[in-house]
Amino acid sequence: MGGNSNIIRLRGLLAAALLGAVLAGAGGHSRAAEGTLHPGPQSWSFAGVFGQFDRAALQRGFQVYAEACSACHSMQYVYYRNLGEPGGPGFGEAETRAIAAGFEVTDGPDETGAMFTRPALPRDHFASPFANEQEARSANGGALPPDLSVIAKARGIERGFPRWFIDLFTGYQEQGVDYVYALLNGYEEAPEGVTLQADMNYNRYFPGNQIAMAPPLSEGIVEYHDGTEATVPQMARDVATFLMWAAEPTLEERKRAGFQVILFLAVFATLLYLTKKKIWARIGH
Amino acid sequence: MSGPSTYVPKTGFERWLDQRLPVIRLMSDSFTDFPAPRNLNYWWTFGGILTFFLVTQIVTGIVLAMHYTANTELAFSSTEHIMRDVNYGWLLRYAHAVGASMFFLAVYIHMFRGLYYGSYKAPREVLWILGVIIYILMMATAFMGYVLPWGQMSFWAATVITNLFSAIPLVGPSITEWLWGAFSVDNPTLNRFYSLHYLLPFMIFGVVMLHIWALHVPGNNNPTGLDVKDKQDTIPFHPYYTVKDSFALVVFLILFAWFVFYNPNILGHPDNYVPANPLSTPAHIVPEWYLLPFYAILRAIPSKLGGVLVMFASLAVLLLLPWLDTSRVRSAAFRPLYRQFFWIFVLDCVILGYLGALPPEGLALTVARFATAYYFIHFLIILPLLGLIETPKPLPESITKSVLARSGDGGARPAGAAAGDAST
Repeated sequence: MGGNSNIIRLRGLLAAALLGAVLAGAGGHSRAAEGTLHPGPQSWSFAGVFGQFDRAALQRGFQVYAEACSACHSMQYVYYRNLGEPGGPGFGEAETRAIAAGFEVTDGPDETGAMFTRPALPRDHFASPFANEQEARSANGGALPPDLSVIAKARGIERGFPRWFIDLFTGYQEQGVDYVYALLNGYEEAPEGVTLQADMNYNRYFPGNQIAMAPPLSEGIVEYHDGTEATVPQMARDVATFLMWAAEPTLEERKRAGFQVILFLAVFATLLYLTKKKIWARIGH
Repeated sequence: MSGPSTYVPKTGFERWLDQRLPVIRLMSDSFTDFPAPRNLNYWWTFGGILTFFLVTQIVTGIVLAMHYTANTELAFSSTEHIMRDVNYGWLLRYAHAVGASMFFLAVYIHMFRGLYYGSYKAPREVLWILGVIIYILMMATAFMGYVLPWGQMSFWAATVITNLFSAIPLVGPSITEWLWGAFSVDNPTLNRFYSLHYLLPFMIFGVVMLHIWALHVPGNNNPTGLDVKDKQDTIPFHPYYTVKDSFALVVFLILFAWFVFYNPNILGHPDNYVPANPLSTPAHIVPEWYLLPFYAILRAIPSKLGGVLVMFASLAVLLLLPWLDTSRVRSAAFRPLYRQFFWIFVLDCVILGYLGALPPEGLALTVARFATAYYFIHFLIILPLLGLIETPKPLPESITKSVLARSGDGGARPAGAAAGDAST
């Protein structure tokens, strides 16, 4: 782990030194050193000051999660009811209820003291595929599939100087979702000279390139309800969007409120400045 | 400057109260009639901004504490509970986390302003020392707050920092275990950090009161560094500085709002959204940005004990600053050499901060060593020498003269007349 991180770090430094090369790589990706690729920023509808989620993409993304990812990955902090809440995928109340009912959750104890399963209700958290960490590891060759509730905020990409400084003032906060998108598209044959460990897969964007997760997406594994063609990049994009919403369900509310707050503060500051000027005009300064 | 009180009770109740508990007199003398130099610039508005952020942190923190659970099994999920289920929980938590960063940004500006204008010199040594104590308490509070969400960085930052104490000869390991309340960072550690994180802000509040008291005895320094000579040099705090401070505060709040609403996580680390795992060390453990210079100093020294001592010395040297600076002139405006060394020192701190985020190896480590050495050279060699060899520029006769010479305004009314306008 340490060695890989040093490579990443070194790459970051190199990227900083080769500022021109980094800037040229904007929008796509840049190969700053041999081995792992540097995921490039994508264009997302939820980026920027007025960013909003693409509802259709969220619904498709949920479908990808439910039909592909959820076999191994839990999302323990997300409720089924969230699917119908404002700022989310926008499923209707009945639809949310029906989606929830398609999953089984454990409840109890009942009056005899026994636990039982029942169809999920909107108030339930997303059902987890495994009862506990041990079961999850045992079913996945020792690797633990991480919970995906906040994965879009728990990953980042190395930006290098001066990008990270510029990011402070451009509002770029899609590092995590850019990484998720890149990772899902990053599976390929291991290049010559690279020996994979047992049960590992080669991924261009994963730190160290060896990832336990087998390629989770393949052409057509999901049949989209809205007729969109289920290519790997399309599914990766949709599920990344869904994961961003899951990590930050109040994103739209936050950005909307931010605009109002900053507008108010700007007007208030102007009025205070004029007041200050008038008061200070009484004395020489 | 805190001369005889000018407060006159206006109502019967005020007269009655004034003879029993002169609290209105205290507020009036401290925040309304308080005479402040007429030439304070915008760098002087950060004291008010800091007070605002202290209160904001306490208020948001108290509400967050109502929803947070200090238990290693529940801390991470209770943080997500705040983000998802608590009404405006996302706003509270982001305001609190970003607020800590803004608090430090403001305190750094406030401290560098003090360094530039010589605000630590007699008769304000105690004021400065109280400020350094507040700063140290702030760092302790922020560090413990960062541990509470119990993400990967929380856990490993706590491990790294508490392990510093194990460098103490003989008793180090025992002290560390005593701090942990266990044999590693664990549930008892989280519990006591939570308790202390709630306690320390109120200690800061207490020291801030002393800081303001120590300010109001000698009165404000000012950009010329000259002492106030007569009433003409001052204006009443209200309305002149209340309105100027309010304007500056609202402008600063725009920056605060930008981060809270449009980039709330950029000042943190993605790893802190990964639940703490004692079995998996993150690739790269870094503190929050505002502690990075000290982290660079810590790691610049090849020995663990040495690093810890030098890091604490880098704070202790600030306490001695009033006596290390030998110049009799306060303001850098009249100290041509000091002004250059001041900016080199600022650059040195920025470089240390940048290096604190890099792994301590190769060129970064070499530069960090030089930057650490320079940090101490600045305080221990340059400042004492400068006072002896530097020829200051001629000082203006008075604050008022310097102000009116600059604005060319000969028709200024004396402060007394201006004070009379305060009611309009």
